[in-house]
Amino acid sequence: MEIVFAFAIGIMAGSGIYLLLRPRTFQVIMGLSLLSYAVNLFIFGMGRLRTGAAPVIDMIRGDDPARYADPVPQALVLTAIVIGFAVTALLLVVLLAARGLAGTDHVDSREPERP
Amino acid sequence: MAGMELLLVVFLPFLGSLCAAFVPTNARNAEAWLAGTVALASTLLILSLYPQVEAAGVLRLNLPWAPLLGLDISLRMDGFSWLFALLVSGMGLLVVIYARYYMSPADPVPRFFAFFLAFMGSMLGVVLSGHLIQMVMFWEMTSLSSFMLIAYWHHRTEARRGARMALAVTGAGGIALFGGVLLLGHIAGGYDFDTVLAARERVQAHPWYPVVLVLIALGALSKSAQFPFHFWLPHAMSAPTPVSAYLHSATMVKAGVFLLARLWPVLAGTDAWFWIVGGAGLCSLVLAGYLAMFQQDMKGVLAYSTISHLGLITLLLGMNSELALVAAVFHIVNHATFKASLFMAAGIVDHETGTRDLGRLSGLSRAMPFTAALAVVAAAAMAGVPLLNGFLSKEMFFAETVFLDRPDWQRIVLPLAATLAGVFSVAYSLRLIRRVFFGELARDLPHAPHEPTRWMLLPSALLVAACVLVGIVPEFAIGPYLRMATGAILGADAPAYSLAIWHGLNAPLLMSLAAFGGGALLHGFLLARRRATAVPLLEAIDGRHLFEASMTALGSGAGRALRRLSSQRLQMQMLLIFAVALGGALLLAMPLGTGWATRPPQPLDPAFTLLWVVGGACALAVAWQAKYHRFAAIAFAGGAGLATSLTFVWFSAPDLALTQLSVEVVTTVLILLGLRWLPRRDEHIAGPAGASPRLRRLRDILVAGTSGLGLAALIYVVLTRPAIDGIGPFFIEHALPQGGGLNVVNVILVDFRGFDTFGEITVLGIVALTVYALLRRFRPAPESIPLPRQQREQAAAVAPAGEPPGALLPVGVMMLPAVLVRLLLPLAMLASLFFLLRGHNAPGGGFVGGLILATAVILQYLVGGTVWVESRLRIHPLYWIAFGLLLAAAAGMGAAFAGAPFLTSQVWHGVLPVTGDLHLSSVLLFDLGVYMLVVGATVLMLVAIAHQSLRRHHDKAVTGEAR
Repeated sequence: MEIVFAFAIGIMAGSGIYLLLRPRTFQVIMGLSLLSYAVNLFIFGMGRLRTGAAPVIDMIRGDDPARYADPVPQALVLTAIVIGFAVTALLLVVLLAARGLAGTDHVDSREPERP
Repeated sequence: MAGMELLLVVFLPFLGSLCAAFVPTNARNAEAWLAGTVALASTLLILSLYPQVEAAGVLRLNLPWAPLLGLDISLRMDGFSWLFALLVSGMGLLVVIYARYYMSPADPVPRFFAFFLAFMGSMLGVVLSGHLIQMVMFWEMTSLSSFMLIAYWHHRTEARRGARMALAVTGAGGIALFGGVLLLGHIAGGYDFDTVLAARERVQAHPWYPVVLVLIALGALSKSAQFPFHFWLPHAMSAPTPVSAYLHSATMVKAGVFLLARLWPVLAGTDAWFWIVGGAGLCSLVLAGYLAMFQQDMKGVLAYSTISHLGLITLLLGMNSELALVAAVFHIVNHATFKASLFMAAGIVDHETGTRDLGRLSGLSRAMPFTAALAVVAAAAMAGVPLLNGFLSKEMFFAETVFLDRPDWQRIVLPLAATLAGVFSVAYSLRLIRRVFFGELARDLPHAPHEPTRWMLLPSALLVAACVLVGIVPEFAIGPYLRMATGAILGADAPAYSLAIWHGLNAPLLMSLAAFGGGALLHGFLLARRRATAVPLLEAIDGRHLFEASMTALGSGAGRALRRLSSQRLQMQMLLIFAVALGGALLLAMPLGTGWATRPPQPLDPAFTLLWVVGGACALAVAWQAKYHRFAAIAFAGGAGLATSLTFVWFSAPDLALTQLSVEVVTTVLILLGLRWLPRRDEHIAGPAGASPRLRRLRDILVAGTSGLGLAALIYVVLTRPAIDGIGPFFIEHALPQGGGLNVVNVILVDFRGFDTFGEITVLGIVALTVYALLRRFRPAPESIPLPRQQREQAAAVAPAGEPPGALLPVGVMMLPAVLVRLLLPLAMLASLFFLLRGHNAPGGGFVGGLILATAVILQYLVGGTVWVESRLRIHPLYWIAFGLLLAAAAGMGAAFAGAPFLTSQVWHGVLPVTGDLHLSSVLLFDLGVYMLVVGATVLMLVAIAHQSLRRHHDKAVTGEAR
């Protein structure tokens, strides 16, 4: 399982970083989304992978910490997901405004000179 | 209590500075009264502390500030700092009186007195700090306030340039000093002066002692305008004369020598100290004395003579002898009195005649006899004439050079150099006085010269009186204070000395006589008739040129480095960021060489593997399609997001899965709404891809691929290691007893770490408002203004009649979905409330609930269209944001009623007649606030973008209707 999880993070981060290096604003937004998936999974992974151990206390397991997944990375990632949405929205609007002002969707707000 | 008085002494001037800044511009009298009162109060306070200092030795005040870091607000007054503080505040009082009459009614005085008082406070802070780092902070503040004061007449080029130069030199020195002080404290084992002053052996035996010494000397010498950093002081003379009198003769430039004297017990006594400190002092003493003889500006003469006299003090400090230290402290006080009064005289001459040019001034003693008399006495003190204070400290200096405990050749060179400096000092003092006050009365001055008002003479007269008093009855006038000051530095080692005028016919007296004779001869033969303005011999050596050349080189070098190493292009910057991060991570990981698996991995599940085969393919597809097929890219990104969400479910994180899923929906809608404003991009339109884009893509793939692999390897290494018991178990054990909830993640969010969440929702609200504000001024590109093809075709299919106003349902193809979506809205509301309410005990919570409701609302918009929805349903997302934030804050404030800190959860149990037990907690209110804010923020962002199409459409159809 760990290897698949690592593979998932690697491939999403790789695709995301590739897109962040592209010249068009839409590519950058998509890249940011993918990279934030990868980073969220990465932080979540710091609590180690457990199945069937959701940190919701029930009568059977009692309050024995060993029987639950680590709730701290989960709490961190939960807020990160929401903030990630806010950042995407802000970036999208900034890029739309830049496109409206500059007339191009290039990240530098101007088309590169063609050789 | 002495501590409070110390605090008052330091902070009263800052308080006064704040008040002074808000007084009307033309209120010269009010300003002067304010500043004068503050200075007088400080002086009286310091004077009143004398018996305590004398009895206790050291007064201390420690206010804990960051005790864990060992940082306190610490004030400390011993005999030496008492003397210095008195000098600073007393001189401040005199200069305020003088400045009241010096400043012209046209000058904006609030600025002057505000910075003046701020400087005074900083200087008192430097002197009275009991902590090294705190002292450096005040030290920097003196540099800054001095910058502001030099540049007070900022319309003058030379004022701006002089201020910049002073700031650059003293600021750079300040950085060096900070480094030195950090090292010193580290070696000494503490940053408070008591620890540092007791650590002499430890510091001097340490291998880093030379570094500490050089860094601290750099700071002190640059501040005291010592060779080779002396060049800034003459340029700082473009400041108003009260500033020059106060900062650049009596106080700020003394900060450097103050520090050297303060740290003398720790750092002095070595050869390195002798050469660095003594050497700089000797060079300044002789060189500046020579240069002072050829200046044409009265203040120029005084500036160079200040450098020379500070050189004398520095040299004394560098001599590694206790008696020399006594002489240095004595001369600090003496120099302050005679030099400040000379500056005031120069200011009076400038004020009353309109010039300070030695070539134009002449014979002023006829027009202004009192000023002339005062200046003559002060200049005589500067030259070291007997019966004045300058004579005494100069004799002590001469004596020290003769009886120096050094190798023979140095014992010959030093007295010779000292006598030479004495000759120069006599010569420039004579020249200054003769040129300005004697000879024919000058006729062509800008104003007809006359005596100034009495109040302007008073400060100068008081200082001159002090010179005479100390010169005639030294033991009575300064003896006890000087002994207390030097005793504070030297402790039990303080040497015995006598402050008599007559010590017999000895070597120092002969040297003094030689200096008088030589000075008079030099003046008579060389200077008296000299009209040339250039400095002979040393014309070429000018620190200013060096300074300006190096500043220019630095500026252009930085520009060149920036052009070479950086790029204006975002892509290149991103590439650099990732490449550097990757390289750094590899460098860090290389030497570790960790093994892989120490914890047995969980067996591979085929379903999970399949999930990520699809998810990975989606991610790659996004990268591949994002350029030309945006819609496909969004769909694929949704696939990757879904896989992420399922992974959260798989590995016991239901809350994350829910949040991820709802955020996924909202994000997709958001980006879809934005798509319309992006330019059309078609594979067929783009030109043929050349070799260089292909190479670039390959390079990016390489960087991205390696980064991805690195991250994968890193997480794999972490995952195959046993978990560390962090703070997780604490939350699990205390969630129910303390938080009253079963869902630990939610309890963390709304209770344990409620303040973080509060901050987070605030950020969310701010972002939503920013989006809203940005879109209010949105100007789309011209080609995306017309309606998109799909909407045109749909409109054509429905119209010509158009949408009948007041219809229950949208007409056309959207009718059926609209029915379904309207039925969905109440259900979605119910579901969102359900998730909100169960959140404390089961997966859910305010974030998820809010996102679900927002999705339901935006669905109405998508299906019915903006006009249709808003004609029936007005949502006020701004109110939701405000209420949500206020509710969350109120829930936190509620704790105050129970006397608990902000955001402590309060629980209320009760029995209701029908439903039975009721359990209410303030965290539910908090979560409700989160819920409302998330609804408001999400809807606001989505609706703001959705409105754009409407507005553009409107603008064309209905002109001028702004939303």
